[in-house]
Amino acid sequence: MKQELRSTKFGKYGGQFVPEVLMPALEELTEQYEKYKDDPVFNEELNYYLRDFAGRPSPLYNAKRLSKEYGVKIYLKREDLVHGGAHKLNNTLGQALLTRYMGKKRIIAETGAGQHGTACAMAGAAFGIKTEVYMGAKDTVRQRMNVYRMELMGTRVIPVKSGSQTLKDAINEAMRDWVANVETTHYMIGSVVGPHPYPAMVRDFQSVIGKEVRTQMMEKEGRFPDSIVACTGGGSNAMGIFYPFVDDDVQLFAVEAGGSGLKTTDKEALHSATLCAGEEGVLHGAHTKILQNKYGQILESSSIAAGLDYAGVGPELAYLADIGRIKPCYSLDSEALEAFHDLCRLEGIIPALESSHAVAYVKKAAASGELGDVVVINISGRGDKDLETVLGMNK
Amino acid sequence: MRISEKFNELKKNNEGALVAYICAGDPTPEETKRYVVSLIRGGADIIELGMPFSDPVADGPTIQAGIERALNGGMTPDIYFKTTGALKVSTPLVVMTYYNLLFKRGLPKFVQDCKASGISGIIVPDLPAEESEELGALCRKHDVDLIFLVAPTTTETRMERILAQGTGFIYLVARLGVTGVRADVAGSTRELIERVKTTTPKAVGFGISNGKQAAEIIRAGADGVIVGSAFVDIIASRKDVEQRLEALARELKEGIRAAHIES
Ligand SMILES: Cc1ncc(COP(=O)(O)O)c(C=O)c1O
Repeated sequence: MKQELRSTKFGKYGGQFVPEVLMPALEELTEQYEKYKDDPVFNEELNYYLRDFAGRPSPLYNAKRLSKEYGVKIYLKREDLVHGGAHKLNNTLGQALLTRYMGKKRIIAETGAGQHGTACAMAGAAFGIKTEVYMGAKDTVRQRMNVYRMELMGTRVIPVKSGSQTLKDAINEAMRDWVANVETTHYMIGSVVGPHPYPAMVRDFQSVIGKEVRTQMMEKEGRFPDSIVACTGGGSNAMGIFYPFVDDDVQLFAVEAGGSGLKTTDKEALHSATLCAGEEGVLHGAHTKILQNKYGQILESSSIAAGLDYAGVGPELAYLADIGRIKPCYSLDSEALEAFHDLCRLEGIIPALESSHAVAYVKKAAASGELGDVVVINISGRGDKDLETVLGMNK
Repeated sequence: MRISEKFNELKKNNEGALVAYICAGDPTPEETKRYVVSLIRGGADIIELGMPFSDPVADGPTIQAGIERALNGGMTPDIYFKTTGALKVSTPLVVMTYYNLLFKRGLPKFVQDCKASGISGIIVPDLPAEESEELGALCRKHDVDLIFLVAPTTTETRMERILAQGTGFIYLVARLGVTGVRADVAGSTRELIERVKTTTPKAVGFGISNGKQAAEIIRAGADGVIVGSAFVDIIASRKDVEQRLEALARELKEGIRAAHIES
């Protein structure tokens, strides 16, 4: 079931739908990544940074009070404890190291919630590489503390005022920059989206999550969980925890942002549930599932969680959903908010609103028994960045 | 008219082609029809009409703004084909758009709609040669040209692959970067023209805005010059648009003619 990196596709999904100027850069990146991904020196250095800088391995925590409340044994994979407060650093450390090995002098990135941007800023500073991050102007307001964090670490944040002023516009702008500066610049994509090799490369860098869970589950339970549940925007925390289990007898739930319900108009979707409600299309370099109108124009998505607010999804997730290996599902804004409070109150853990979608799905699904007896929820990030949003919602 | 016929006709007169880009529906479909007439009157030999897409990653700020104006003006692929169908001009028309709009419409229907509405060629900047087999076959079946871009970064292997598949003309991206008006014409252009070894006409675009630059491009060995952002800038200004589009087209065409007469 696992795809060879050499293929640019996952079934019919994936590919490299980019302007010609970028094709050589993608070829170079593919070549360099293939060269270093199994290189012992590269991996030793990456593992050093993952351990001593990022604080890995992250704990797998048995949330006893939440388990009792929801009626199923729950383990939380604590990516919220990774340096920076989210899983995003796993990927940026890998790509920043690769940038150095490739001899490029500048990193650019897009960011939605600001989590990936922050992770880029950290890696950029740690490796001494000039870093510039594109961020939708709307998101710079929603997530202004992350903007400040990035700036503190020496990253220039460029607000994007075109289109819907959110993540997809930031990606457009970063791609334009890359087109113009491809010879000196590495574009650090923050999720398992975009043209090949990004979906495979980001998945591999994030797979450290699932690999740790395998070991930790054997230590704690002597067996694998019945289900793994992860929130899914682009899908990097989901693929990171799912991928090492793809060939095992473990159910994989990809929880998307249901926003205020799975409805769309001609211009916008009230949700970001691409796997659940999207259609096949081509966006940002990949053939995947996307939210689009009848003509193929991309819809503006929406979610209480800025990090899930994206009209596309990783092509490998689209493939795994098609063949029935993962189960796409969704939680509404209101359900995520409720689960956010549950986790705060019962466990003393403030989760990201993104991760709260995964928690909310477990709350809904536990009763039906579909999750089995033991569940791992990926807590992809911490919620400090969301406090203003939550405060606003509670008013 | 087929694009190849146009280039043959120009070649007989020892003349290069002016390919003019504007975005259809910027700011309304009705104005687009008038602007096309102005461009042809000024001397445009081929009209490239953008079909606006919500996420135009290969376009710079100028054209992106034109695309946004067109989408706000209500332009859709259906209206696009109605507009081009109503143009009734003998000048070859080329559609430039992004792959998702073709994919969603269905490739066969998209190509048929092109044929039926008088469009002679298709440019899809985010469709690399590797992914274009199906579209290429449909284009051959319906006698519509599939035009590919090559860039200074294009490797020799890819160059061969692209030249084997492209028809109509080859679109040479003059420099790294996205569309937009720049002050000078880079030396990499001449080098790129020399690298593109084909009998298919070569048209150079990205960053050309005046007659002097157009002349330089032709002198460097190109068969045509593609100008977009400079026209879209005029449309954005909303001042004397028709006269100024015509005047710029005339200046560019005069530059192109001057270059050939000298050589
Ligand atoms: C905490 C957190 N979780 C999840 C996501 C969604 O991204 P992905 O689906 O790639 O994991 C983000 C994105 O910013 C995030 O910050």
